Amino acid sequence: MADPVPMLEARDLARHFDVSRPFLQRLLAREERRTLRAVDGISFSIPKGTTLSLVGESGCGKSTVARLSVGLYGPTAGSVHFDGRDLAEARSLADQRRRMQMIFQDPYASLNPRWRVKNIIAEPIRAFGLVTTKGEEENRVAELLTQVGLSPLDGEKFPHEFSGGQRQRISIARALSSNPEFLVCDEPTSALDVSVQAQILNLMKELQQRLGLTYLFISHNLAVVRQISDRIGVMYLGRLAELAPAESLFRRPRHPYTRALMEAIPDLDMTGRERIPVGGEVPSPITPPSGCAFHPRCPLANERCKRERPEMKAAGDAMVACHAVEEGRDDAMPMPAIARDAA
Amino acid sequence: MSNVAPLLQVKNLRVEFPTRRGTLVALDDVSFDISPGEVLGVVGESGAGKSMTGAAIIGLLEPPGRIAKGEILLGGRRIDNLRYEEMRRIRGKEIGAIFQDPLTTLNPLYTVGRQLAETMTTHLPIGPGEARKRAIEWLEMVGIPAAAQRIDSYPHEFSGGMRQRVVIALALCAEPKLIVADEPTTALDVSIQAQVIALLKRLAREKGTAMMLVTHDMGVIAETADRVAVMYAGRVAEIGPVREVVKHANHPYSAGLMASIPPLDRRVERLAQIDGAMPRLSAIPKGCAYNPRCPQVFDKCRTYRPDLINAGTTQAACWLYDTEAPRG
Repeated sequence: MADPVPMLEARDLARHFDVSRPFLQRLLAREERRTLRAVDGISFSIPKGTTLSLVGESGCGKSTVARLSVGLYGPTAGSVHFDGRDLAEARSLADQRRRMQMIFQDPYASLNPRWRVKNIIAEPIRAFGLVTTKGEEENRVAELLTQVGLSPLDGEKFPHEFSGGQRQRISIARALSSNPEFLVCDEPTSALDVSVQAQILNLMKELQQRLGLTYLFISHNLAVVRQISDRIGVMYLGRLAELAPAESLFRRPRHPYTRALMEAIPDLDMTGRERIPVGGEVPSPITPPSGCAFHPRCPLANERCKRERPEMKAAGDAMVACHAVEEGRDDAMPMPAIARDAA
Repeated sequence: MSNVAPLLQVKNLRVEFPTRRGTLVALDDVSFDISPGEVLGVVGESGAGKSMTGAAIIGLLEPPGRIAKGEILLGGRRIDNLRYEEMRRIRGKEIGAIFQDPLTTLNPLYTVGRQLAETMTTHLPIGPGEARKRAIEWLEMVGIPAAAQRIDSYPHEFSGGMRQRVVIALALCAEPKLIVADEPTTALDVSIQAQVIALLKRLAREKGTAMMLVTHDMGVIAETADRVAVMYAGRVAEIGPVREVVKHANHPYSAGLMASIPPLDRRVERLAQIDGAMPRLSAIPKGCAYNPRCPQVFDKCRTYRPDLINAGTTQAACWLYDTEAPRG
């Protein structure tokens, strides 16, 4: 890695939410305070110019990590460093704030319907005072629209005149308008149809190459993540189960949850093939299971897994939080079909 | 196709929405059959008319939408022109419906046991005691643990995946001949999705129920359906056996759609994409609706609209397979 300082570094990051009922009701029902541990101690870093993806099922805390990474939430514990600087400090400086942007899932909700597209895109340019004259601003907006595959004339239109995919292009143009280096993309394609999803993923890859962007990419779709990531983190109930280089995660998934997830995904080659569902459901993050949170659904769980929470440990080029992998008991669980086929 | 008489026949169905600015045609000339025990997958992008087709079959088109042309036959009997009360008897008894969001299907004020029992006593010749017994059996069959205790729980006491199982039990309990499932797994996480699909498949096979499975998830279709219909801008673009459509699609749109799905088993530098977007109902192009996006377009496509024609392994609405008239 050329630059030793990562774009983003999270250390033991946690974010808890108080989901207790109001004080009086709690008092009358004699209830304890209730805490939702959305993110409960995770560490990762994203080298400059690379993409880290976080995958997991709903409620695993991946979107909370996205928000923590740009400072939309403050951490309950742990730290986030942006380019070597504490995120809270970086957020207080306009010239640092400009360097990070976020793209949201729903392009219908994230664009102001009463603004013309050119104003939506120009807002960050104005807020950060990046240009001095009206003419420069117009040129920059036209350039951004062209960059995301729209016409400069589209700036005069309103968001409702565009399809979902085009709106997501507008969101990307707006995010790029402050010349950011780091983009947090929270499920940017999951509201889109597949043919349009391919357009947006191709565009994001092109932009990354051309502008040297660093991405934190949040998705529930492993196939999408495989196309775009350098490294992938698999989250389960607020913790990282596994963090590995993208290709090695797919060639040799180590954590039982990663294997189960891969086995569960329907694939086009699956015609007529039965897949093996993971039993059970994701437990509530308010009352997570003891020890390893995955143990009630894990075929490899034993007494230690119920008792002791596994920490992230190196296994080959991956980091895995699993007692079974650490003890070498993981051969008992078969590799998912896609990893077998690759081998 | 098969020598069994089809259970459901949709013939030249046309659904219109009258608006102030003129009539929008949401479905146009849609025809297909489903045989007993067969699963027909219906795929396409949002706005292609997949859900609309399902809604028309179960007689729940949102007003002002109406069937303007064509016929829907269930077991040889027309059901598209029935009065509301008659159709209501058919829904539940002969056609079961599963929707994307289980919370809108279940009544939050009744226990799941009551909802199941009521459906059965309405449609089957059984009393309340027998209905309750069968309700417990159904909950067990769809994989709800401790069914005998959970039967008196309310829908909010179940998790999303469990609720969708209850909905499946509810759709199947009156033993309908046809199930219309509209995005039954879209609201669920992948691990739960797999459980629900496996369940639907097993029950349809065991009971010989025909199913129309509407989804935008091609993986789910590949795994579940026997045949697939690909819809585009309110019409069927291609219909055929699932393997053929998924792996060797004949219509350029289905081929493009399949190619744009990110593969799980490898990384590709650039995904195949279909440029542009599906046209709005108010601006469907002349000729073949796909012609502005089609890489294989020629003159005839811009003027004349193709009907489904034999394309070897499948039927495709595409002039490329028209052998009678020369190209251009």
